Amino acid sequence: MKKLSRIYVALILMFLYVPIFVLIVFSFNETKSRSVFSGFTLDWYARLFNNDIIISSLINTLIIAVLASVASTILGTLAAIGINGMRKVPKAVIMNVTNMPIINPEIVTGVSLMLLFVFFAARMHLEFGFVTLVIAHITFDVPYVILNIMPKFKQMDPHLYEAAQDLGCSPFQAFKRVILPEIMPGVISGFLMAFTYSLDDFVISYFTSGSTSQTLPITIYSMTRRKISPEINALSTLIFVVVVVVLIVKNIIENRQAKKRGLYRG
Amino acid sequence: MKQLKVLSLPYLVWMVIFIVVPLLMVAFFAFTTEDGSFTIENISDVGQYANIFVRSIWLALIATVICLLLAYPLAFILSRMEKHKQGTMLLLVMLPMWMNFLLRTYAWMTLLGNNGIINNLLGMIGIGPLKLINTSGAVVLGMVYNYLPFMILPLYSVMQKIDKSVLEAASDLGCSFRNTLFRVIVPLSLPGITSGITMVFVPAISTFIISRMLGGGSNLLIGDLIEMQFLGNSYNPHLGAAISLVLMAIILVIMTVMNQFSPDDQVLI
Repeated sequence: MKKLSRIYVALILMFLYVPIFVLIVFSFNETKSRSVFSGFTLDWYARLFNNDIIISSLINTLIIAVLASVASTILGTLAAIGINGMRKVPKAVIMNVTNMPIINPEIVTGVSLMLLFVFFAARMHLEFGFVTLVIAHITFDVPYVILNIMPKFKQMDPHLYEAAQDLGCSPFQAFKRVILPEIMPGVISGFLMAFTYSLDDFVISYFTSGSTSQTLPITIYSMTRRKISPEINALSTLIFVVVVVVLIVKNIIENRQAKKRGLYRG
Repeated sequence: MKQLKVLSLPYLVWMVIFIVVPLLMVAFFAFTTEDGSFTIENISDVGQYANIFVRSIWLALIATVICLLLAYPLAFILSRMEKHKQGTMLLLVMLPMWMNFLLRTYAWMTLLGNNGIINNLLGMIGIGPLKLINTSGAVVLGMVYNYLPFMILPLYSVMQKIDKSVLEAASDLGCSFRNTLFRVIVPLSLPGITSGITMVFVPAISTFIISRMLGGGSNLLIGDLIEMQFLGNSYNPHLGAAISLVLMAIILVIMTVMNQFSPDDQVLI
């Protein structure tokens, strides 16, 4: 049984990783062939770094993702705390609306925001581009933050907050010392989720970006529409390396913290 | 904690402007003509595309079932590993998700192509070349590849909470593995199953990238149809809004059905 499950896990991981490794291998291919490896080169990487469109859209993507995820974490954390204190009916109504961008297909969210922005653009000084992108990203990020935090309240004793105040905490202290630590894991996972979704989003950005501001996924999309270019492979490889490094570093930090905590306890 | 209600005010304002109003605009566009008068023509025009709707539902359904079948054993195996191994394994499952899904889909474009690696390898053993890309099978494969982690994660997170002693108790009381699976594990993981199904089905039924990149021109899905009305050649936001509305209705029906199977009245995801 144990052997069987190991083989199964290995097969699934192969399915997930083989396509990515093929991309990586062919990023070093001399010719544009996608099936025959003819020789090693770093040419595609050089071309990638000289491609202004890619570099500028990468920077754009990072700025938008940071802005949107920070804003949505603040907005969402406050919202979750507020919603938690509400009565059943208003709570249910708000949670249902909050769920909409998640339940709704991305394309519908994208299209609906596009209609709103077109309406504003016609009447106010609004251009499709950076601002519309950030607004759109915050809009689809906040629900993830809220949904990550809400379950934490269920695990928390609702009287703790009052107890803290009875014992002399100010409302702000009680918030900081009682509520925040309880929901912090949810806040962090919500933030990470929001950041990842922002970095990764194509569909909603596609409908809400103008010609002035492009994100990396949109640039990638237009590259795949044109002729096949191994620059995409090179880009994928770099992204993959960055992701692996980030995750390894994160793991090391977490392990160290866990060890430290263990020491104190011991 | 009632006095903390006001904290949600900024979000409520945001929610109304950027979630509620845009959706109302979709509904408004779906029921109006260009000059703003009421019509149901847009909605009735959607009927012309029934074949595209059927294809989208069908392909998304197949992809969802495959995802569930692949992910269920995996999630269970992961949830029974030692704690520190679980973290690493979860990381490995999540990692491809961090690559943009356009790149992941592009990877399959290069694998499945007529001169791609798979056909090359098949050629070596004397098979092919097979037509792999621009088929509905390729679209399903793309959906499974892209959305599999969405199925694994919710399943894993409910299974991880199933205490080992519950399973041991079941087998101590004479349950066979099969009985334990269907009487204990499946009922306890039902919330994960339903949210996994929605998390795969919804993006799968509405995708327009996977069908465009792997399905060629002949496998149009609902998403392609909507995109064409807003950014494509056949610009018609009123029809596009109508199609979006029908798509939302389909999804609503499916979610309602899923909710029937969910044991509690929690929020869906």
